[in-house]
Amino acid sequence: MDIKYYIFLSIALFVIGIVGVLTRRNTIIIFMCIELMLNAVNLLLVSFSKMHHIANVAKDPLAGSDGQLFVFFIMVVAAAEVSVGLAIIVMMFRNTHSIDVNFLNRLKH
Amino acid sequence: MSITQILFWTLSIVALFSALMMITSKNPVYSVLWLIVTFFCISGHYILLNAQFLAIVNIIVYAGAIMVLFLFVIMLMNLGKDTEPQKSKWLKLASAVSGGCLLLVLIAVLRKTETHMADLTSGEIGLIQNLGKVLFNQYVVPFEISSILFLSAMVGAVVIGKKE
Repeated sequence: MDIKYYIFLSIALFVIGIVGVLTRRNTIIIFMCIELMLNAVNLLLVSFSKMHHIANVAKDPLAGSDGQLFVFFIMVVAAAEVSVGLAIIVMMFRNTHSIDVNFLNRLKH
Repeated sequence: MSITQILFWTLSIVALFSALMMITSKNPVYSVLWLIVTFFCISGHYILLNAQFLAIVNIIVYAGAIMVLFLFVIMLMNLGKDTEPQKSKWLKLASAVSGGCLLLVLIAVLRKTETHMADLTSGEIGLIQNLGKVLFNQYVVPFEISSILFLSAMVGAVVIGKKE
């Protein structure tokens, strides 16, 4: 399989995430779109790691494992991010009884 | 078409379709369920790319833990279908057009990439043995730092979520 198709798939998933962030007003769905964008990047990293591995496996049998570890760390950071972000969303819902992002513009006043 | 290609195209189409359904469905619970379908497809891609450990971690952490957390919060807030106010039609159209422009530009830039990946069936770096060796030799400091990050995120979530 050509690496090109993986790049295009990742771009498409990333753009769907961006469009979701731009079109929705529900905070939780915006947050889920951010997760989708992170996963698109993860997929791209894994496919590049595979490509690097195939190109360099003769010199180093472990070539390309760095990319997969980066994906692992991205997942770790995403899990931490989700726990804090959902706590913020719950607090916002408790204060305003809405999860509309437009309510958050009071931060600018 | 080989079996790998058939699997690739099927997984890609299902992933894109479920991602689109995720951003278009009105009910947040359905959005979460579609996103779980997307994550399963991405895990299938990881298996096709010989990243078995990441595939399992993706299912356990993302589809298992994180999405259940999302579902839990949505059901805790008791969000129905009509709770979300909609953006205006023109704003949605502008968002879709700008996203499409980004897609078009990125694809036009990367259309000429010519790196070919050989067969997908070889390679053992995705196994937990090899990843663990690299993780605990080269990347042991970031690993420990990420544990501190987890601890601080846990404390932060408790402090933020606590009632005043």
